[in-house]
Amino acid sequence: MAGGDAVRLYAAVAAGGFRRYATYGTATAAGVFTNTVFGFIVAYTYIALWDERPHLGGYDQAQALTFVWISQSLLAAGALIGGGFQEEMQERIRTGDIAVDLYRPADLQLWWLAADLGRAAFQLLARGVPPTIAGALWFDLALPADPLRWVLFLVSVWLGLVVGFALRYLVGLCAFWLLDGSGVNMMSLLVSMFCSGVLLPLNVFPGAFGEVVRMLPWSSMLQVPIDVLLGEGSGAGGAGAALAFQAAWAVLLLAAGRVLQAAATRKVVVQGG
Amino acid sequence: MEALIRLDGVEKVFDVRKRTGLLRRERRQVRAVDGISFEVPRGEMVGYIGPNGAGKSTTIKMLTGILTPSGGRVRVAGIDPARERTRLAHRIGVVFGQRTTLWWDLPLKDSYALMRRMYRIPQARYAANLERCVELLELEKLLDVPVRQLSLGQRMRGDIAAALLHDPEVLYLDEPTIGLDVVSKAKVRAFLRDMNAESGTTVLLTTHDLQDIEQLCERVMVIDHGRLVYDGPLSGLHSAGGSERTLVVDLERGLPPLDVPGARVVKVEGPRQWLAFPAESSAAPLVAAVAAKYPLLDLSVREPDIEDVIARMYAGGGG
Repeated sequence: MAGGDAVRLYAAVAAGGFRRYATYGTATAAGVFTNTVFGFIVAYTYIALWDERPHLGGYDQAQALTFVWISQSLLAAGALIGGGFQEEMQERIRTGDIAVDLYRPADLQLWWLAADLGRAAFQLLARGVPPTIAGALWFDLALPADPLRWVLFLVSVWLGLVVGFALRYLVGLCAFWLLDGSGVNMMSLLVSMFCSGVLLPLNVFPGAFGEVVRMLPWSSMLQVPIDVLLGEGSGAGGAGAALAFQAAWAVLLLAAGRVLQAAATRKVVVQGG
Repeated sequence: MEALIRLDGVEKVFDVRKRTGLLRRERRQVRAVDGISFEVPRGEMVGYIGPNGAGKSTTIKMLTGILTPSGGRVRVAGIDPARERTRLAHRIGVVFGQRTTLWWDLPLKDSYALMRRMYRIPQARYAANLERCVELLELEKLLDVPVRQLSLGQRMRGDIAAALLHDPEVLYLDEPTIGLDVVSKAKVRAFLRDMNAESGTTVLLTTHDLQDIEQLCERVMVIDHGRLVYDGPLSGLHSAGGSERTLVVDLERGLPPLDVPGARVVKVEGPRQWLAFPAESSAAPLVAAVAAKYPLLDLSVREPDIEDVIARMYAGGGG
């Protein structure tokens, strides 16, 4: 497929992914409400925690609260506590509908990536922006004034979304072998919740354990983008290193996805699923 | 005539692993397709029928390239499907009756726009094809409706249109009328007939509904246990299946079973008797024989039920 045609195809797929979620207005409103309420609950928990232990993990209270609200804003987009495409993909594998996807003249991984980024773009706007505004109105947040920092933050969020997709694509493909993906999904969800920083910022964890968790790909999905926004990791050089870290995981995991996809396709093509 | 689809001794063997004990596993080979050969010339509309598990879908999957044959040779439009699946995809259309290629949550027209991108259909051709499909399949009021809100019949018509926008030379239809009501079935069949007549699209049709075959296909292939047990005109199925027609005679009074050559009495009910005779032989001499020997009041001839014919064929095929 020629480059321009391919770009237009996957752009159309992404646009479809965006519109698909945009059709569910009530679900979106309910999600915004939930994220906002949880934002307040977690914010007051953090305030209690940071009152006891100021500068926990190197954050002051304003930074900790910023972490809370940006987390709430990225939860849906990054499918950090569920959602996204992999259950749908597993269902298609289980029912055999994946056959329809396989005979199309399009790449399976790029197709799902485009659709998932379209979905994420919608959820970032619809479910991300309102809770952040609510949090910023009620609390004193450490949001930067420098537009460049916001641009770097968005790039980092985007890379995090790609890493998150690549991880979930690997989990989704397991259905070719397991048929029932609920076990791996549950495991993947728990790991993702803990290792991305949804439960607590990763820099709170001390010692070698903290070092390891911060090097794992899941940190790309939440911890790294928020640190880029907060300016942790000292200046533009720090942000550059953070983005390179995310990009490296994205490339590595997407490549792993291609290898697993080839094996899965071969299995289907030879054994009929 | 040019053969658009050609299969030579095609086999597909699946390894099935069965757990027989705590740790013991038994490996068994299942021959889903067991040496099938046939050709379909360009422009033909062929029915491909068989009982569940006979190997129909496996054949179709090999013809689309999503399944590689274990043996033999497959060619579609000169292309080896398993090797060049993507190149072939631009030249074939597939409709799986029980699956959809349409985007569930989005309006029908969005899926078509995506098809245009995916198959790189030039704008003018896309517009013309879409207009024709929309008109013939009565889709104009459905274009803005999300696919999840369509009825099964509407969705099926939507899927058929989606498979035709890129002018495929071959169309595989796997159970295109499954679950549809009588009116929807008639619409789908009428469209397929017109499409085949106008654009000469080659069609391979898999179905459980023999009316589909009777109304659309002159040629039918019957597969059972992975083997082709019949390939020929629909009418020939009767003699191949050893099917019988029935002569129903009303006599003046109840009689013991009639004795006429070339027929046997299968049922007696008062003055009415049912005589079975081979489907390919004429009813005239039989009627004459009955009328000469017995007090005949009235008669009628019943054609064999094609379903019975096929069922008998499956039973005879080693099941």
